[in-house]
Amino acid sequence: KYIHIINKADMAASKGLKILVGCKRVIDYAVKVRVKPDRSGVVTEGVKHSMNPFDEIAVEEAVRMKEKKLAGEAVAISVGPPQSQETLRTALAMGIDRAIHVEIPLAQLEKLQPIHVSKLLAKVCESEKPDLVILGKQAIDDDCNQTGQMLAALLDWPQATFASKIEPSQDSKQLRVTREVDGGLETIDVSVPAVVTSDLRLNEPRYATLPNIMKAKKKPLAKMSPDQLGVDLQPRQEVISVEDPPVRKAGAKVESVEDLVGKLREKGLVK
Amino acid sequence: SKQTMLSSSRAALVAAAAKLPRLVTRYGYCTTAAGERQQQKPLSPKITTHPTRNDRAKDPRWKDIDMTRAVDEADVVIVGGGPAGLSAACRLAQLNAEKGTEMRIVVLEKASSVGAHIMSGACLDPKGLVELFPDWQERGAPLHTPVTGDKFYMLTEKRAIPLPLLPGMPMHNHGNYIVRLGNVVAWLGEQAESLGVEVYPGVAAAEVLYTEDGSAVKGVATNDVGIAKDGSPKDSFERGMEFHCKQLIIAEGTHGHLAKHLINRYDLRAGREPQTYGIGFKELWELSEDRWRPGYVEHGVGWPLDSGTYGGYFIYHLNEGSPLAAVGFVVGLDYSNPYLSPFREFQQFKHHPHVAAALTGGKRIGYGARALNEGGVQSLPKLTFPGGCLVGCTAGMINVPKVKGTHNAMKSGSLAAEAVHEAIGSGEIEPATYEEALRNSWVYKELHSVRNIRPSFHLLNGRLGMFGGMAYTGAVWYFTRGREPWTFSHGGTDHEKLLPAKDCKPKDYPKPDNVLSFDLLSSVALTSTNHDHDQPPHLTLYDDSVPGQVNLSVYDGPEQRFCPAGVYEYVELDDGSKRLQINAQNCIHCKTCDIKDPTQNINWVTPQGGEGPAYNGM
Repeated sequence: KYIHIINKADMAASKGLKILVGCKRVIDYAVKVRVKPDRSGVVTEGVKHSMNPFDEIAVEEAVRMKEKKLAGEAVAISVGPPQSQETLRTALAMGIDRAIHVEIPLAQLEKLQPIHVSKLLAKVCESEKPDLVILGKQAIDDDCNQTGQMLAALLDWPQATFASKIEPSQDSKQLRVTREVDGGLETIDVSVPAVVTSDLRLNEPRYATLPNIMKAKKKPLAKMSPDQLGVDLQPRQEVISVEDPPVRKAGAKVESVEDLVGKLREKGLVK
Repeated sequence: SKQTMLSSSRAALVAAAAKLPRLVTRYGYCTTAAGERQQQKPLSPKITTHPTRNDRAKDPRWKDIDMTRAVDEADVVIVGGGPAGLSAACRLAQLNAEKGTEMRIVVLEKASSVGAHIMSGACLDPKGLVELFPDWQERGAPLHTPVTGDKFYMLTEKRAIPLPLLPGMPMHNHGNYIVRLGNVVAWLGEQAESLGVEVYPGVAAAEVLYTEDGSAVKGVATNDVGIAKDGSPKDSFERGMEFHCKQLIIAEGTHGHLAKHLINRYDLRAGREPQTYGIGFKELWELSEDRWRPGYVEHGVGWPLDSGTYGGYFIYHLNEGSPLAAVGFVVGLDYSNPYLSPFREFQQFKHHPHVAAALTGGKRIGYGARALNEGGVQSLPKLTFPGGCLVGCTAGMINVPKVKGTHNAMKSGSLAAEAVHEAIGSGEIEPATYEEALRNSWVYKELHSVRNIRPSFHLLNGRLGMFGGMAYTGAVWYFTRGREPWTFSHGGTDHEKLLPAKDCKPKDYPKPDNVLSFDLLSSVALTSTNHDHDQPPHLTLYDDSVPGQVNLSVYDGPEQRFCPAGVYEYVELDDGSKRLQINAQNCIHCKTCDIKDPTQNINWVTPQGGEGPAYNGM
């Protein structure tokens, strides 16, 4: 690992980083989600899906790093059903060079969890050998916020999560990442290879316009299966039920402090 | 009479407006070939920042922006991936295969996926589909629910009176299918792609392009992206691209925005009546199993609409594995009371005991609305122009008493494809054989036969209203089937028919109970509609000061009530005056505002591609 870092010493002079970007196909954020009548999950059939917004930001960052000559090649990867190819085509239209689709059979799709995805990504990293993996910080369907962290642990790579800025460090030997944390902004230097997860303010993604969509049709898209990668998709969790959040009960306005105290007493909330 | 009262009040209005110091422009009707009206300098805070109303060539913020567009060539470009557009595409591909010709056919669809902007009942007459794909069943077209039962009711406040449905009557549905049209259209899109058509969803056609001398259409340009709400360029700004084509087929659905522009430019309505419209609402309900009657079709008229307001309802029970039913309501946009809210009439209708009986225990899972055309043959414009033609609802082919237009749309698409194929082969600029082919087809025969039914609603100056219409249908039409030698007129445009607020009574609608009836905003949420908030509102005004000056003061801001998505709101400013606020993000692309605005000041243009509602099998 030490030698690996030394070889990447001068990033400015090198060919540029090789970036692997993860994108997930999720239900579009503006869709009104509905719980299935059997409460086993939410309705996905015929529902509008799009790329996870944080992943769009990750894709945009990779493309910008290419434009700034910090990166040489950007590869997009998606783990999902056949329709994930549309998501990858969007990434290609935004400027990614090539894409990898790890196709998950329908039966296992609903039980797929970050532990499986991070193992699949780790396997792909072994063969692709990227210098930087950028993932969205979390997916808007499960809100897990785990894949990036798990991937870094599996690869034993440094991680910089919730990135709002990525730039070369002072000595150009590392990446300086500004992170959005509860207390404000934290700036750290990480050595490559590393895993970075994108937060909202990292950038504003470009639109995938028609001329680029048409060009993207010619870019390579490779398919892989979990079996080929030797990853077991056995679920570790079982979803017992999915329900609508409870309907918000109507509140009441009170006229005075005495009224308020009286109501609190009524409800047994104060003695 | 209502008409003379209308024209005299309008005349008074125009006279008064002329006296106002340059605050109000002429708000005439866009039925002449005059072209765009001029924009006066608005005094009120700027509402309309869209580039179609603000020339970027004169805007210093755009000084250094490269405005060149990429250009691509195709033989045929079809704007709109609905039943008409996709039928045209498929038929063209079929003709190419038959005749050994090669053509590049491109379909541009503004929805994020094919079918996502489709909103219809729908009880489909399979005629159009069968002619296009005789093997539709093997191909897996999603027509799963043959009609098993058919009823028609007249609703009073408490009762539902069944009316006889005799064979041959337009509402008789034997042989038809209840479908989720969005799914049928998605399937049509797949057929088109398998035939080699290039289908691009998420791409809006924003501008028609003309030849050097301006005489003929040479193609379209897609929408620009990355313009900020104030009209300035963002970092992500990218120009749309141009498609240059030999023939352009406009298939935008009812009151398409490019169609509106082309109709004005080539004066396609000369010698014909203006189009008249209705607004159609539809909700998808998961019924309680014991109330579900798969294949059952019900239509009706009456309560809560008063006899002077045209409209009716439908309930279609689907049979696709779950107890789904489509519940819908149409209100004719020729209503006169600016206090009428079509949305709230629809919500109130569901409380009728007969309707509540079907819906109780069920759950609403979908909502949508769209304008539909009601003008029939009287309102068909000239269908061709140099460089292209109009197909489907954008021309206006709904059989109003049958409440069906998809079969006509599909047939017109096929006929247009044949004419276009011929025109390209012979080098003709205008696909002139299309109009004649349509006149000789069953589409025209059908529309001609029912041409007097909708306008018969206005018999005796509308005093008989719906009763007049039904009486005409039963007493005259049932025997003549349209062979009567007269043709009723619609009596003017829908927007002219709106009376000033002072002449009308406000309507008192009941509050929604959130079980059968719902409020507007939670309904809009079900459409999953969305637009990038940081873009110029695509509901543009010719003159920003007219809403406050005329719409609000004379008509009490009817756009607050006829918009089915809550786009238009009059908010109070600090100085006590009211200003129109356009919540463009809510828009569900129904086009009602463009149709019914009494001042015709609203011009709907397309937002960025991929935006708008995300209907699921509606």
